[in-house]
Amino acid sequence: MIQFNAADLVWLLPEIILFVTASAVVLLSVIVRPEARSGLAALAVIGALAAGWAAYGLSDGNVELFSRMVIVDPFATYFRYLFVLAVLGGVLLSVRTLQTEGGNRSEYYGLMLFAAIGMMVMAEAGDLLMVYIGLELMSLSLYILAGFYRRETRSNEAAIKYFILGTLASGIFVYGLSLLYGLTGTTSIRAIGEIVSAGGLSRPALVLALAMVGTAFAFKVAAVPFHMWTPDVYEGAPTPVTAFMSVGPKAAGFAVFLRVFLEAFPAAQPDWNNLVIVLSILTMAVGNIIAIAQTSVKRMLAYSSIGHAGYILIGLVGGTAVGAGAVLFYLLMYTITNLGAFGILVVLQREKGRVETLDDFAGLGKTHPAAALGMLIFLFSLTGIPPMAGFFGKFYLFTAAVKAGYVWLAVLGVLMSAVSAFYYLRVVLAMYMQEPAAAGAGEPMSQPSAVLAVTIAAFLTVGIGILLNPLLSLAAASLPKM
Amino acid sequence: MKFPILSLTTYIPLIGALYLLFMKEHEGMVRRLSLAVSLAALALSVLMLGHFDPKSAGFQFVENLEWAPSLGISYKMGVDGISVLFIVLTTVLTVLCVLVSWTQVKKYVREFHVALLVIESAMLGVFSALDLVLFYVFWEVMLIPMFLMIGIWGGPNRVYAAVKFFLYTLAGSVLMLIGIIVLYVHGGKTFDVAALLQVKFAAPVQFWVFLAFFVAFAVKVPMWPVHTWLPDAHTEAPTAGSVILAGILIKMGAYGFLRFSLPMFPDATVTFAPYILALSLVAIIYGALVTLVQTDLKKLIAYSSVSHMGFVTLGIFALNRQGIEGGIMQMVNHGIITGALFLLIGIIYERTHSREISAYGGIARSVPRYASFFVLFVLASLGLPGLNGFVGEFLVLLGAFQRDRIVGVLAMTGIILAAVYLLWMTQRVLFQEMTHPENEKLADIDTREFITLLPLAVLVVFLGVYPNPALSVMHASVDQMMAKMEAHKAAAITWAQAWPF
Repeated sequence: MIQFNAADLVWLLPEIILFVTASAVVLLSVIVRPEARSGLAALAVIGALAAGWAAYGLSDGNVELFSRMVIVDPFATYFRYLFVLAVLGGVLLSVRTLQTEGGNRSEYYGLMLFAAIGMMVMAEAGDLLMVYIGLELMSLSLYILAGFYRRETRSNEAAIKYFILGTLASGIFVYGLSLLYGLTGTTSIRAIGEIVSAGGLSRPALVLALAMVGTAFAFKVAAVPFHMWTPDVYEGAPTPVTAFMSVGPKAAGFAVFLRVFLEAFPAAQPDWNNLVIVLSILTMAVGNIIAIAQTSVKRMLAYSSIGHAGYILIGLVGGTAVGAGAVLFYLLMYTITNLGAFGILVVLQREKGRVETLDDFAGLGKTHPAAALGMLIFLFSLTGIPPMAGFFGKFYLFTAAVKAGYVWLAVLGVLMSAVSAFYYLRVVLAMYMQEPAAAGAGEPMSQPSAVLAVTIAAFLTVGIGILLNPLLSLAAASLPKM
Repeated sequence: MKFPILSLTTYIPLIGALYLLFMKEHEGMVRRLSLAVSLAALALSVLMLGHFDPKSAGFQFVENLEWAPSLGISYKMGVDGISVLFIVLTTVLTVLCVLVSWTQVKKYVREFHVALLVIESAMLGVFSALDLVLFYVFWEVMLIPMFLMIGIWGGPNRVYAAVKFFLYTLAGSVLMLIGIIVLYVHGGKTFDVAALLQVKFAAPVQFWVFLAFFVAFAVKVPMWPVHTWLPDAHTEAPTAGSVILAGILIKMGAYGFLRFSLPMFPDATVTFAPYILALSLVAIIYGALVTLVQTDLKKLIAYSSVSHMGFVTLGIFALNRQGIEGGIMQMVNHGIITGALFLLIGIIYERTHSREISAYGGIARSVPRYASFFVLFVLASLGLPGLNGFVGEFLVLLGAFQRDRIVGVLAMTGIILAAVYLLWMTQRVLFQEMTHPENEKLADIDTREFITLLPLAVLVVFLGVYPNPALSVMHASVDQMMAKMEAHKAAAITWAQAWPF
């Protein structure tokens, strides 16, 4: 029986704020005149900021609510910040493109906020059922967002692909969940962990359940071989949605991964460790190598985000606290950088036509020096060149791997980073070392909110060295219970 | 807290670069500002050299701040007798780079100077960082502006050269990152160089981390057979880029050997020294032979760098005092001389737009002052006694002979070949018949160019006649390093000891 204490709801203030804002945005979008609808974006931003502020106010908390269905601890708080950041980025990037391409229908912002609530629920879940609820809330919102540009075929294709494959992944998760419930008689993560530690389960059944739960999250974080949907969906979805999708669900997936695997299955660590190693190697290799062959920058970034999931998986290997800290820190670095990189694609968007191919970037250093400089920063951050954010993220991850005794995996990681330099560099080459294409493509639209988001991301990416210590401490203080 | 002169020197160029990036000054102002900034850095570094205590072997002007204590990373800067010379070399050459680019760089002027100043900051950081992570940050930061400098302002084949430069150096250095992390894990959870220098690492750690560092440094030096990025990069880079590359950037690899490989991994150093000596000899002789057949002036000097840097690694891995001090002298001298030669080629290229030797001939008559400088630096480069090139090469050969007579004899051939290719090139460029009548009207160097070349000419003569100031600065530090290697009783590591499994 779940014990419900209404006073405990205060711990869910960030989610409640987001929910109220999201509902308000959806309702108001029916009433508000089309030209005033960007005001709803402002409302969404305010809501997200308020939620972030509430999360900060509750950051001292370390409580288990509603019979441990929900856990509000530093780990959950860290992810609350991360998702607030992601949704802020998503909304700010969307304002103008939604008016030109998306039919100016502003329930879009509501869906983004709902997705963020789903992610937060995933990170806070103390019970696999809660994980599932969060997962579905996030996924359903994202399916719609991916197909939000109804008149665009690619957008439709993306939505359908994402929906079909995503539902399959959810189904597999529920199978794994029911298997675990059948084996243990509970869905509570901690209770399962206690039974597994006591060694009361037959190994094949446990491994099967592990593999199923793992598959669902490998799908959400786009790990190879469950990555097939990623390039098409990322490419087809509206670019701001891609930006949001490439960071939010990935972080949420890793949040569950950390919570479930470190708390419920530490005893089964030898079993899942090898799985994670294989996933990590495959993901790094496939993501980085296929990215080389792309001519569309957007698609290249999609493959690159697959590759980055591979690096992050390195942090899970060994199941150490340092590794978990590295994952948390890397997710933050990755969120900032990737939002920025996709953000540049948004900022460069013209009234008619997106900017996606390598040719579109030719001569950008001459025609739009600021945007080119921003892209340069984000690309070198993704490569992992200091002093950019991505370097410190990778450095922490590889340190964790070496500490856990996996030097060879860290070596593989850095070699893959060197491979990735090749395709990131091609964009830089196009921007700075090719002549601009013939005029006629038109000027980028004026998008103050997107420019603001990208500028902040760029400064954070370059200047992260100054904030290094507080952020590292924050990540280290936000580890899940192990 | 003491006056942070090292940080100030390091970041003045960076602050200047940021100012130029955000304040859109006009071109003339950009040039004047970057000249002022680089002069300020030069003044500070000279001030530092003046206050440097040559009797102390330890690190001086040390600054130590917390950066990320949870990961063991600190912000620690300091110089010793080995690094202080390179700091001054860097600031001197950067000023000259600004001067020589005054008329040579015409497009993206602001961006060019931003890149140049960022490179200067990064190079100064590399030579003064005393924390491995900080070192790695500076080491890699340089890649981005250098890549852009070659790729945007370079010659016809610049994109190829820029990409090759970037990928070679990056692929080389990523393994060093893993090596750094392994040192951290095995060396007491710190990245502090001074602390790590006190640790005696186990044989497998020394063996593998030495190799990881070696790849990074060997690519930078560059040693044969990973030298192929250098001729492309040096040839295609704009003059300032070539000067920086040849003058300082490639010294960072050899500096890495001295700062980390020798004192931290003495056993591994002894193990690998014979192989590295062999590679150095190949670089010296093969580099010289390839230089002989070059028809492109810049490429010729670039390949001669491979040969000359072979002397540096030869001296360092001779593992005796003469060799190491000779190696350091050779680095400084090579930086001055090759920097000057690239400046000279840049100056003539600006007038004729040709780097082919065949485009010249007999120009000594039309540009006598230019020719005088040219001959001076060529003679210094081939090691004429009385000029600075001789000092380093002589010490290196002394060290090599002490180590092994055969090595010394083989290295000697490099000097003979250097005389051949340099004198032959000089003959074909400056003397003989004037085959191209349009060269009759070549303008001789003007005052700005004269001012650019003069400091280097003075240094060439001064360090050639009286090298003691430079040598005395490094004595204490080199002695301490040698003493440490002897105290360790460095012994070769066998394969069985190194195998980790």
